[in-house]
Amino acid sequence: MNPIVPSRRDFLKGAAAAAAAGVVPMSVVKLAFADPALDFTFGYISDAHIQHISGTKFVRNWDRGLIRAVAETNLLNPKPDFVVFGGDLGQLGMKEELDHGAEIMSKLRHKTYYVMGEHDYYLDLGEYWSKLFGPQWHSFDHKGVHFIVLNSILTFDDWTFNRWPSAEQRMLEMAGLDNPNGSPFMVGEKQRAWLKADLDKVAKTTPVVVFSHSPLQKLYKGWNFWTDDADEVQALLRPFDKVNVIYGHVHQIQYNQVGNIAFNAVMATAWPWPYPQTYAHAEHAMPVLTVPMNRADPFHERDATGWQFIDVHTGRVALNYNLYNNTARTVAFNPASGRPEDKLFQDPAKRIPPQEHY
Amino acid sequence: MKRKIAVAAAAAAVVAVAFGITVRADEFTKKDQERWEKEYQSVVQKGRQLFTSGALGTNGVACAQCHPNGANTHPETYPKFQKQLGRVIALREMINWCLQQPLEGKPLALDAPDMIALESYILHERRGVKLEPGKH
Repeated sequence: MNPIVPSRRDFLKGAAAAAAAGVVPMSVVKLAFADPALDFTFGYISDAHIQHISGTKFVRNWDRGLIRAVAETNLLNPKPDFVVFGGDLGQLGMKEELDHGAEIMSKLRHKTYYVMGEHDYYLDLGEYWSKLFGPQWHSFDHKGVHFIVLNSILTFDDWTFNRWPSAEQRMLEMAGLDNPNGSPFMVGEKQRAWLKADLDKVAKTTPVVVFSHSPLQKLYKGWNFWTDDADEVQALLRPFDKVNVIYGHVHQIQYNQVGNIAFNAVMATAWPWPYPQTYAHAEHAMPVLTVPMNRADPFHERDATGWQFIDVHTGRVALNYNLYNNTARTVAFNPASGRPEDKLFQDPAKRIPPQEHY
Repeated sequence: MKRKIAVAAAAAAVVAVAFGITVRADEFTKKDQERWEKEYQSVVQKGRQLFTSGALGTNGVACAQCHPNGANTHPETYPKFQKQLGRVIALREMINWCLQQPLEGKPLALDAPDMIALESYILHERRGVKLEPGKH
């Protein structure tokens, strides 16, 4: 049995900085059986939805969410090895939005990897985004872990190329979460072939971490909490001992375990979304393990938004959610149960009324 | 005009008496119901259009950005004690709060056609859900 040793460490640099940021330093539980040399952390910021109004004006609320995430990530101690931005940097894929978002992100003092979101893509099919941030899918290795970045928000060619009279309208149609004119996300055949070839070179014992914008599982089609070829992608990941998928898009805490794959969603910096089951007229598949985030209090502008830093040890991840107006939460892989669990709330008896959604 | 209506009404009354029919004020037909449903649905549609439009406030933000399908608006729980305001409020006051804060716009009159349309859409998305005024 591997003992779990609590090791306290402040994740913000110094109490004064923490007080200035209005955040209480928190402790992280670290698993003692990991090779400490291979332990590392990375930051995860997602779904900023920087929204252009006109001229030099942008929606202040969304700007503040991203600015705060960047400032706090810079205070992380120990420093993260890198930062991931999980997609939807802009709201309508405009150059103004991607430029303004990139400007805010440029204050980060860490190497940053970017994931494509549908709000970045459907105006010019990722052209400007790629100029700023590089390839839409790729992989890299870091301290014994194989990382994969996917563009999971592609869809049918007919929808993308033939359906809409203008690029602007195509973007608007995909931007409306509940718009019945939208289309299901997918990784697509071409990228799956690339993924297969990439994974063929990786030992099955190597821990794998996949970053996608949409969940690589089918949760609720109506809001595109969905990737149409999720089963095919999961099949490619199945031969590996330890796989972790981290996704954005859903603007809420979700986690789940499917076979060897641990799924974790990250928060948005812009605004929270309701859980699919709160929509009275649709079927959904809520990830069974998820203890929901607190119901959002709109009177606190940053409530139910935030960012996360992620511990990687023993090839599994622990997500530390830094929630601006709520108590921080940690969802970590529990080797005893073989699935991600909330450190505090997994036991139904421990749950609190704000976690009830209806 | 008035005179014509009076004559028509009198004639209708004579016909009704002659055929033994009593006309009641609350009588309506399937056709009436269909028309009323159509009127209602057109207001719901207008509400959906407003709810998904960036033109309601001043910053281009739409209600549906945070509330897809009107979810997380909980219309069935109003009126309720809104803890952040310290009093019991109606749904329309919360709609106006959102118009002023996240949408950075102006509040609507409580009986404005746009307000009725927004309320109609939000309630339509929650149709069939049990009424629970006061629930938090």
